[in-house]
Amino acid sequence: MQILRRLRGKNNEGILALVLVALIVTMSVLSPAFLTAGTAFSTLRSATVPLIFALAVLIVIVSGGIDVSFAAVAIFSAYTAVSFAITMAPELPAAVIIAMAIAIGAGLGLFNGLVIARFRLPTLIVTLGTQGIFVGVMYTYVGATYYAQLPPALAAMSSMTVLDFSTGTGRASLHVMAVVAIVLAVVVWWMLTRTMFGRSLYAIGGDVEAARRAGFRVMRTQILVYVLVGVLAAVAGIAHMVMGRSANPQDLVGDELDIIAAVVLGGASIFGGRGSVIGTVLGVILIQLINNSLLLAGVPSAWLRAAVGLLLIVGVGVQALSARRKARRVHTLDEDKSDRLVQEDVA
Amino acid sequence: MESLPTQAPVPVLSVRGITKRFGGVTALAGVSLELLPGEVHCLAGENGCGKSTLIKIISGVERPDAGEVIIDGVSHSRMNATAAITGGVQVIYQDFSLFPNLSVAENIVLTAEVAGRQRFYRARAVRPKAQSIVEELGLDLDLDAEVGDLSVADKQLTAICRALVNDARVIIMDEPTTALTHSEVARLFTIVERLRSRGVALVFVSHKLEEVLAISQRVTIMRSGRVVTSGLATEFDRRSIAQHMTGTELDEARIVGPINADAEPRLTVSHLDLPGAFHDVSFTVAPGEIVGVTGLLGSGRTEIAEAIFGARPAASGDILVDGRPVSIRSIPDAVAAGIGYVPEDRLSQGLFLENSIADNIIAGSLDRHRNRWRGLDGARIRSTISRLFASLSIKAPSADAPVRSLSGGNAQRVVLAKWLATDPKVLVLNGPTVGVDVGSKSQILELLRQAAASGMGIVVISDDAPELVSCCHRVLVVARGRIADELRGDAISAESIHERMAA
Repeated sequence: MQILRRLRGKNNEGILALVLVALIVTMSVLSPAFLTAGTAFSTLRSATVPLIFALAVLIVIVSGGIDVSFAAVAIFSAYTAVSFAITMAPELPAAVIIAMAIAIGAGLGLFNGLVIARFRLPTLIVTLGTQGIFVGVMYTYVGATYYAQLPPALAAMSSMTVLDFSTGTGRASLHVMAVVAIVLAVVVWWMLTRTMFGRSLYAIGGDVEAARRAGFRVMRTQILVYVLVGVLAAVAGIAHMVMGRSANPQDLVGDELDIIAAVVLGGASIFGGRGSVIGTVLGVILIQLINNSLLLAGVPSAWLRAAVGLLLIVGVGVQALSARRKARRVHTLDEDKSDRLVQEDVA
Repeated sequence: MESLPTQAPVPVLSVRGITKRFGGVTALAGVSLELLPGEVHCLAGENGCGKSTLIKIISGVERPDAGEVIIDGVSHSRMNATAAITGGVQVIYQDFSLFPNLSVAENIVLTAEVAGRQRFYRARAVRPKAQSIVEELGLDLDLDAEVGDLSVADKQLTAICRALVNDARVIIMDEPTTALTHSEVARLFTIVERLRSRGVALVFVSHKLEEVLAISQRVTIMRSGRVVTSGLATEFDRRSIAQHMTGTELDEARIVGPINADAEPRLTVSHLDLPGAFHDVSFTVAPGEIVGVTGLLGSGRTEIAEAIFGARPAASGDILVDGRPVSIRSIPDAVAAGIGYVPEDRLSQGLFLENSIADNIIAGSLDRHRNRWRGLDGARIRSTISRLFASLSIKAPSADAPVRSLSGGNAQRVVLAKWLATDPKVLVLNGPTVGVDVGSKSQILELLRQAAASGMGIVVISDDAPELVSCCHRVLVVARGRIADELRGDAISAESIHERMAA
């Protein structure tokens, strides 16, 4: 029983893993071309940007909030940095462009965080508003030009791979950005489980008032959360452009649903206080696989969004049902326990 | 107000001349208090007397306008939560302020880690710390269980362990026994004794006078933001404490009205059964009768009430109202049959907190206030509201005030008013005076007697023995889901009830 419970995981990660395995087995049976290193690497490649986004969303959701402006932050910061490099300083090294994007992302996140923490406003409404503001400001002041060519330093990264080998069906490679995503996942996992900052996110997500009474600096932490989201989003924005070899200001915004669905499917509770990196990784891969396999199965891409929407509702539904079942459970008094204690003291 | 004679031990914490105003309202006016090591100090007072504000100031959550808090001879005029915790002051709030999503071990150690300004967290390294506290107190707590899954009593024990991890020397417990049953209180008190022997000073904030007197060495009573009296617990009894708290004499005599035993019972419950909760429950309630149902938490008493009200319908058995069988599968069924229910957790289940008193009073009985065209009859609604508002003497500037602004006792009266407006045949109340001060309590009991006198059948579920003694014609004792005992007439006394509950 104990082992089963551990395998199942705190947030049903085990069940998710089972679903994932079942899906892979089904797909391999249906199409022998599915189970190859090539598919694995291409899934990993298509999951790179969603995974970085999902890590950002995981952090906010654990702290009891939600952020729907992350895609706007990503495109704003990456596009601004790239367009600055192209128009003003084409010879800028990649590190400087990336640092610039990260600084812009952090600034936009700080803006979100300040508004939310200072005025104690609902996070969904604030980020819904800032999403519009960020996109509008970008179109007005930065521009809306589509750049088919990245600055040379970034363009060089586009073809940078870490693992590269031939397989029976073609070549498989691991993009450098996929490695970045994996490293970020490990860092976020370490932060959530091994640092007091990470634990304070769970505490705040579990009960804000209790966290305040326990001495957690709630406002500071909340602001920092949105700054972190901004930073991760900026990295995701750069990764998106590097892997797509172009800078399109109309990208990314509008695909937030897929990311939030992946995080919620991964066991993070939209009520806050629950969620893990493992679950989030599994959730992202599951959504990618479903998208890929439905396409392979010939389902029109219009239905993919419906499928993701359905998954989101299933994910939230499972959470809500298990919470309700928990609330219904009757606590019976364990009389032996209390009697024993009293007797011990008498004796 | 006179200060205590100086005693040999140096106070761990003292509070001098604390004044706190909220807007134009003075919550505390020059309050002073001293806590000695190894004492249990009871802080008593009615709702709104300033106890909670005082606790918040001591724990650094609120800042006083004047006065100082002295911990170990160091004066703090501006405390914050972390300074209080590092100074050894711990508050166990009524809601425990635990993190439901984290494990027991993590809940126990987390605040200490925060206070120590730790940057990293290692679950494996902090676990022994939690383990040693749990073992020291001789508790049987599962360190890996999630706190949200624990019973109320175990949550409280977790909160106590958490307080001790920080080397607490002052532990303030806000209403520690409200949610506990008799045997759980006994268990809490054994732990309190162990803490005392470690030299910890404890402050109990409580409404339950009996318990307070049983455990405290000293008592301080507050009224309207001032300390009215302070002294050794042996100098007080139930009556004198209540008198200081309310400023009036307390009437706690057993008063029960006559009942017509020959009349058709208002409520007949026969062979009610819900596997896992209760078995073969049968009883009747005559018109004008108040029947008490008591038992330990988890004995099934709440589930029986919820079954009668349809919130958690019984699997088998019959319920008759005025001799007519009714099928109760849901709450609307029960309401239609003329059954009203005042739940245990009135704040979340019985009231619309942001709405006015008037809206809340009328919320359950809109169908009774319709005119010929099915529209609402404004004149009749207004008359019902003003009648109930006046007869229940709800303390509020007007019936338009939001319920959130009311104290516990007054909020409870609004819930009662809501059900009285529906003119039910049977009224079931679960813990009608939980968290209500002594003054309001006797008024609420008087309201129940009046309602019964008008012919209603009333079921009171409670583990507050004096309350049952004061108003019930009969008391049913539930144990392990069955009605184990029935006390009537002179056999009803606080001692006999406690004895049967523990049996």
